[in-house]
Amino acid sequence: MLTAENLSKSYGGEAVLDNVSFSLGADETLAIVGPSGCGKTTLLYLLSGLAQADSGAAFLGGRRIDRTSFDISIILQDYGLLPWRTVIENVALGLKIQGVGAKERTERAREQLVELGIAGRDAEFPANLSGGEQQRVAIARAFVSRPRLMLLDEPFSSLDALTRERLQRTLLDVWKKRKVPFVLVTHSLDEAVVLGKRIMVMSSRPARPVAVFDNPGFGDESIRDTEGCFKLLKELRHTVEDLW
Amino acid sequence: MVNLKPVLRYGLVILTLGLLWELSATGLGGIILPHPKAAVGAFISAMGTQIFWEHFGVSAYRAITAMAIAWGIAFPLGLIMGSVKRIDNLLAPFIFLTYPIPKIVLLPIFLLLLGLGDAAKIAMIALILGYQILVTTRDGVRAINPKYYDSVRSLGGSQWDVLREVLIPAALPHGFTALRLGTGVSVAVLFFVESFATSRGLGYMIMDAWGAMDYLGMFTGILGMSMMGAALYEIANLMERQACKWMFLRGK
Repeated sequence: MLTAENLSKSYGGEAVLDNVSFSLGADETLAIVGPSGCGKTTLLYLLSGLAQADSGAAFLGGRRIDRTSFDISIILQDYGLLPWRTVIENVALGLKIQGVGAKERTERAREQLVELGIAGRDAEFPANLSGGEQQRVAIARAFVSRPRLMLLDEPFSSLDALTRERLQRTLLDVWKKRKVPFVLVTHSLDEAVVLGKRIMVMSSRPARPVAVFDNPGFGDESIRDTEGCFKLLKELRHTVEDLW
Repeated sequence: MVNLKPVLRYGLVILTLGLLWELSATGLGGIILPHPKAAVGAFISAMGTQIFWEHFGVSAYRAITAMAIAWGIAFPLGLIMGSVKRIDNLLAPFIFLTYPIPKIVLLPIFLLLLGLGDAAKIAMIALILGYQILVTTRDGVRAINPKYYDSVRSLGGSQWDVLREVLIPAALPHGFTALRLGTGVSVAVLFFVESFATSRGLGYMIMDAWGAMDYLGMFTGILGMSMMGAALYEIANLMERQACKWMFLRGK
């Protein structure tokens, strides 16, 4: 269970986040939508432990998040892969940091790559992969260490529409097997409806939650073709039009 | 399978230089500047002698030792200065104030302090090359995209993990580029330091032959030094390609 309580953060005297509170159940996903530059990435940094809030706190399973930990995986914008490490080394990096032996971490990383549909590219460097393939590697890296919480920072924003939809399906498939709760930050309303069991709309900077929508159609592979999806998208659009 | 492209490239360059050399030698009468055929002939003959390889070996030892010392000290120091702001604030003024000083003028002091043996010569080359490696590595580390630090830290990585997974691999290309480009400077400084207080090395061989007006002998030393410079450059190049494979991907 993830709980954020009154998180606030400023940079250089400018308020970026203002009293952000929400909670996320063990089998839930939360999509956070907001205008570009509103502070969504800052929120994920606070939830991951990469940055500290000026006030308020976040808790995972009752433990305060005050530093990075093996329990939380984050997929950064532009994937965050190390260009000097091969695909398999990138995926196994978290396990290496955890002290898992070379043989075991390679096996686990390879299995994860197969699950993500990117087998046989182990020895290649990220620069030799397409954007979609790099994103699959980043997802594999996040899942392989079996985290209790996943954070995704606009993971598919630089991909073409078809690749994006394919990867959204892949992410959902892995989520259905693992049931790892995730918080996804996006500026795409469509993506939020596909990947968010709940959708939280943020205001422009300083970001604060202004509305939360339940998404009853979440998990349905053909959600894009449903009446409920159109209705939810319409409501979301109506909300953000007034705010952004 | 042997890659013929570099061989062909070197062959073409040698042929062009040889042609220019022949034209110049003809223009100057062939005494001060011998014809390439005579010089190369003398060089090949010298390569069959023990004394040439003794001079070559001494020069190679001085250059390689100096390069190893320079890299071994300057690369880690560049890493530290590039990543620890407090240390950089302390050391950077020293480095940048002394960087423009032509260190070669300190050779007499080095000879007084370290004696007439190899130590002073090696220290001189290492100092000059070390500055280049230090500054290039430090600047390279400062240019690392912070997202790579976040990437490792987000996985629970410690400072040690950041050093091992980000700082060292990201700085290696900068350190190796400085080393590779520094081979030319190293050989030039080597020639200068071997002009004094020694009776061994290719620099001595050149100056000794010059004093005796043995121009073919002088060119044997010059060609030997050129060969050593090219070999050091290629070795540094191979090391860089081996250690930084990700920088040399096909299609990049």
